[in-house]
Amino acid sequence: MTLVALYRDEGVVLRTQKLGEADRIVTVLTRGNGRVRAVAKGVRRTRSRFGARLEPATRVDLQLYEGRNLDIVTQAETLDAFGARLAGDYPAHTAGAAVLETAERLTAEEREPALRLYLLVVGGLRALADRRHPSRLVLDAFVLRAMASAGYQMALESCTRCGAPGPHGAVAVAVGGVVCPRCRPPGAATPAAETLGLLRALLGGDWPAAEATSERVRREGSGLVAVHLQWHLERRLRSLPLVEGG
Amino acid sequence: MYEGAVQDLIDELGRLPGVGPKSAQRIAFHLLAANPADVRRLVDALTQVKEKVRFCRVCGNVAEAEECRICRDPRRDQASICVVEESKDVVAIEKTREFRGRYHVLGGAISPIEGIGPDDLRIRELLARLQDGAVTEVILATDPNLEGEATATYLARLLGPLRLRVTRLASGLPVGGDLEYADEVTLGRAFEGRRLLEA
Repeated sequence: MTLVALYRDEGVVLRTQKLGEADRIVTVLTRGNGRVRAVAKGVRRTRSRFGARLEPATRVDLQLYEGRNLDIVTQAETLDAFGARLAGDYPAHTAGAAVLETAERLTAEEREPALRLYLLVVGGLRALADRRHPSRLVLDAFVLRAMASAGYQMALESCTRCGAPGPHGAVAVAVGGVVCPRCRPPGAATPAAETLGLLRALLGGDWPAAEATSERVRREGSGLVAVHLQWHLERRLRSLPLVEGG
Repeated sequence: MYEGAVQDLIDELGRLPGVGPKSAQRIAFHLLAANPADVRRLVDALTQVKEKVRFCRVCGNVAEAEECRICRDPRRDQASICVVEESKDVVAIEKTREFRGRYHVLGGAISPIEGIGPDDLRIRELLARLQDGAVTEVILATDPNLEGEATATYLARLLGPLRLRVTRLASGLPVGGDLEYADEVTLGRAFEGRRLLEA
C-alpha cells in the first residue's frame, strides 16, 4: 500500500491559471514550503467548495497532497481575503498585483523555504487592504525590503564600491546603490536628496517621514525602486507599468 | 510517431486548448474511421467559422454581419448596456431571459500580473457608445473573481462622472447549493446583498 504524502501549510495565492474545463493551477507562496504549484479541482464551477478561497492575494490554510508534478489542493480555509478587499480600490489592487508578481519572481526555485519573504508579502497586502499608507509607497517599501531579504539590498548610506561613508548623491543601480564621486560610473543617476531620504525611510519603516514627501519625490523614488528590481531580476515585471499612484 | 498526415493531424489537434497528446490521438483515429460526409461537415464548419465570423462593430460580440443579432434587434432596450468580459458571457446571460438591453464585450478583464491593462480592453469603445446620452444604465457583469471585480471598480470610477446608473451583478449563494460549503467571501457578499421578503 502506498501512503499519500499529505501536508498542511498556510500561504498566499500569488497567481492562478485556468486548467481544462473547470480546474485551476494555483501558485502559492507558503510559510513553510516556499513557492508551491498545485491543482485546485473544480474551482471554477459556481458550486465549488473552494469558492473564492483560492483567488489571488488570499491568505489560506491549505491541505495538499504531493503529486508527481503538481500537488493537489484537498482543503482550503480563508485566513485573510486580502484580494477581495483590494478589488474595491483600483490603485491598491494594481500595487497588490505587483507585490504578488515580485514575490513570484524572487522565488526562483519551487519548495525553497522563504519565510521572510512570506511575512513581507502578508504585511504588504495587509497594509494595502487596510489603506494604512498610500499604496505606491507600500509597494516600494515592500520591494526594497523583499530585495534586501533576497540579498539585493539597495545601499543607501555608504558608497557601494569603496564603503566611503555617506551621504552620497549618485545612484548606480548596476553597482547596487549609492556611489561616492570617485567610484561613480558613467550613467549613474543623481536623484534629489529627498528621494534618497524617502528610500531610506521606506526601507527602515519610518512612515511619517515617507508620507511627508512630495508627489515628485515619490515618483522619482518609485522609478529608482523599479529599475533596481528589474535590473537584479533581469526581467521586466508586467504589472509595474500598470500600477496607479494612490 | 505515425507517418505523414496522421501525425500532422495529431499535432494540430494537440494544439487545441484542453486536448492532450492521448486525446489528440483518439480524435485523429476517430476521424480516420468516420464517414467522409461527417468529416466534410466538420471541415466546412471550421472553414466557415474563420471566413464568416467577425466581431460586431458596436458591441464586440461575435457576429456574421457588421453588427450582431442583438445590436440589430430594434426590440432590445436601447437605454441599458450590460458589460461582459467575453462573448460566452452574452450567451450565459441571454439564457436567463432576464435582460432585454444590449451588451458590450470588453474582450477580457484587467489583470496587471498578466500585463493586461485598461488600454488592452474595449473600454474606449464603451465610452464612445455612452456619448449620445441614450444609455441610462450600465450593468457591470464582469466575472466575480479578483480580475473581474477590479475591472468593475475601474469602470465604476470611470463612468461615475457621466451621471449614469452604474450597477453590478449581485454575488451570493448558488441556487441548489449548501450554505455550509459557501466560502466566507461569498457568504459575506450574500449577507451584504440580502433583500427584504414581503409578507
